[in-house]
Amino acid sequence: MTYFIIIISAIFVNNIVLSQFLGICPFLGVSKKISTGIGMTGAVTFVMVIATIVTYFIQELILEQFNITFLQTISFILVIAALVQLVEIVLKKVSPPLYQALGVFLPLITTNCAILGVAIMTVSRDYNLVEAVIFSGSSALGFGLALVTFAGIREQLDLVNIPKGMQGAPIALVVAGLLAMAFMGFAGMV
Amino acid sequence: MNQWKNFTKGFFKDNPVFVMLLGMCPTLGVTSSAVNGLGMGLATTFVLVMSNIVVALVKDFIPDKVRIPAFIVIIASFVTIVEMVMQAYIPALFEALGLFIPLIVVNCLVLGRAEAFASKNALGSSIVDGLGMGLGFSMALTMLGAIRELLGSGKIFGISLFAESYGMLIFVLAPGAFIALGYLTAFINKVRKA
Repeated sequence: MTYFIIIISAIFVNNIVLSQFLGICPFLGVSKKISTGIGMTGAVTFVMVIATIVTYFIQELILEQFNITFLQTISFILVIAALVQLVEIVLKKVSPPLYQALGVFLPLITTNCAILGVAIMTVSRDYNLVEAVIFSGSSALGFGLALVTFAGIREQLDLVNIPKGMQGAPIALVVAGLLAMAFMGFAGMV
Repeated sequence: MNQWKNFTKGFFKDNPVFVMLLGMCPTLGVTSSAVNGLGMGLATTFVLVMSNIVVALVKDFIPDKVRIPAFIVIIASFVTIVEMVMQAYIPALFEALGLFIPLIVVNCLVLGRAEAFASKNALGSSIVDGLGMGLGFSMALTMLGAIRELLGSGKIFGISLFAESYGMLIFVLAPGAFIALGYLTAFINKVRKA
């Protein structure tokens, strides 16, 4: 049951993009087409789960053992940056088709605050390893849900006659606001 | 480029939030009140100026291939300093900003200025650039925070202007952040071009 609550809460109620404001840059940046949105979601899911597992062990086995938790920010971001590089190299070698699909998005992910944010949240909420994996996976799915929905709306938005001053970023932000409002309907579910 | 222009470009011409759309996560996440916006802006300004200084000083010693990880370590060090200082001296603000303080590390604005400006320019202009960009960012966050606070709860910087029951709660919540920033961006772009 706790697992179920974590999943529902991470995907809908506390959606990482629309209610926690993490990962806004890719949310606004790569949401022009549904297909790129799906590619980005795949890359984020992949990296987010691996990064959360690795940072979980770093926190448990190194930072807390040696009482140096103040180094959390530095060590997590370094590990994530290195991990993204590693994932890129491994994917290129092991699965070229997957690399073709996700490759262009991987370098962008280092500065995706959702990855670091989820890693830090996992630690601060005292999740165990299974909960951490579930939490990071469903957070990534929530990111994907918001991103793909938003991309779908923006594809339609291209066909609409928008006032000159609102074109581009402003209308995208207002649409994101309306989407966030829709997601608020899930509040109180868990 | 003269230094005055270098300083003021962060406010209107190249404002990090309204024009370059950098650092959107803290912009939307912490601006439920003007004080939070200002606090976040100043914390980011400190990190930005300090990391610009260090990057400008060490840029000739860092091999080109590892420059991004090196910049990230420099930035993360200053973020850790800010984190510890805020926790010790202004715990209320530290609690309010929460997760977004460690996330200054991944604020694209800070890394962006290190990469695009400080790694190519001299120390003096890097400091001015960091200061201008940081204060421009603070200005944007404070404006957005003030608008959301006023519309949401009838206050600015905690001073009550009209009764709280007239406020639109939605502006303090998540959707209001997106909508307020959308209209504010449209307005600033209009003013900038006029």
